[in-house]
Amino acid sequence: MIAIIDYEAGNLTSVQRALAHLGKPSVITGDLWEVMQAERVIFPGVGAAGKAMEGLKKRELDQALLMSYQQGKPILGICLGTQIVMDWSEENNTSCLGLIKGKVLRFPEDEVDGDGRKLKVPHMGWNQVQLRRKHSLFEGVPPESEFYFVHAYYPAPENPVSVLGETCYGINFASVLYSRNMIAVQFHPEKSGRPGLKILSNFCAWNGKEHAE
Amino acid sequence: MLSKRIIPCLDVRDGKLTKGIKFKGNVDIGDPVEIATFYYEEGADELVFYDITASSERRDIMIDTVRRVAEKIFIPFSVGGGIRTVEDMRRVLLAGAEKVSINSAAIRDPDLIHRGAEAFGSQAIVLGMDVKKVPPSEKTPSGYEMVIDGGRTSVGLDAFAWAIEGERLGAGEICLNSIDADGTQQGYELPLTKLIASNVAIPVIASGGAGSIEHILDVLTQGVADAALVASITHYGTYTIRQIKSFLYDKGIKVRMTW
Repeated sequence: MIAIIDYEAGNLTSVQRALAHLGKPSVITGDLWEVMQAERVIFPGVGAAGKAMEGLKKRELDQALLMSYQQGKPILGICLGTQIVMDWSEENNTSCLGLIKGKVLRFPEDEVDGDGRKLKVPHMGWNQVQLRRKHSLFEGVPPESEFYFVHAYYPAPENPVSVLGETCYGINFASVLYSRNMIAVQFHPEKSGRPGLKILSNFCAWNGKEHAE
Repeated sequence: MLSKRIIPCLDVRDGKLTKGIKFKGNVDIGDPVEIATFYYEEGADELVFYDITASSERRDIMIDTVRRVAEKIFIPFSVGGGIRTVEDMRRVLLAGAEKVSINSAAIRDPDLIHRGAEAFGSQAIVLGMDVKKVPPSEKTPSGYEMVIDGGRTSVGLDAFAWAIEGERLGAGEICLNSIDADGTQQGYELPLTKLIASNVAIPVIASGGAGSIEHILDVLTQGVADAALVASITHYGTYTIRQIKSFLYDKGIKVRMTW
């Protein structure tokens, strides 16, 4: 069973519907034991970092995630879930889980695009991911694929080894992070058409052991 | 860089499309779920559903439609029409829509934008604007006025000022429809689109007037829109989404070509 962690951070049913479409049963749960018993864990989220961390701690789900990570269980972070695994977020000055070293920063407001237009924040819409390393999560996903992003903050990991993929929006930022049995994507695979579904399906098949090249 | 989005708009009444879509040998299809799936497979970047169901008791039909669409397509879609309260928004979003669009209700109760953004985040709140060209006056200095009830009622509100106010209140996106251009197939209202899109920091979807593939190019370049809403031009098979995107791609516009 796949546990989709519910910490009152946004609508999680779209992730569940995408998994159902792939024939993968899942449970949306805020229960520590249910997360502990799950075979794999998806950690989504829409909203603000401060409130999300509060929600996690209130239910001891931060502990459930740390233990799942220690156990080597495959974990997939999505959007805000990807930011929460870092040390600290500029959003609400929030101490986060610290599974990956680094900060979460807000997009600079003064960046301009190729036509000299000011870049809009949040970064919302379809954009590409340049893979820096190979990983089975992206197997069978065409390199020119685009993914649906909605975010005003981005992860800035300290160690380039944690960066699996990068996306350009005024600046290059880490859009896919990786550490052992955890992969975290800044975009929404559940809203990214067929390439997104392929990533979810690859995640369901990933043993959490095999490393990026 | 972000891709420019092509967004088909589907009008729904009592759970059926108001105009059947002709495709695959001119078969008339009235089921919104089937058409949504068709456009999803065809490479639409997003979908807009506009519910024109008159009576509120039949609104449950739309919620059911939204739920069925969400099971079939895995791209964002928004739902507009008849959304008047935060509770209305919640029902549509929980049923699986990514965004809700509010139009007349936001003019009558501007704080609804703020309450919606507080509850669900700005990214979920689209401000729908129906705009009519008027002679510039003290009340409407931009020469564009907000209208409601499908363009029948003027509200004496300047469209430019309303866009700025909508953004301030927390709208995450603007869907900008020109009543004058709508249905003419003579092209989008470029000056209006450019005026709004270059003065707000949120994305603008241009709507109304697409009759040719060049019109779409124009609104994304000269009109500096972030996305183009299409209806008749794709519904009646004049162009497919892929043809539109290939054309734009050849003109140097960044669009999503793999799906």
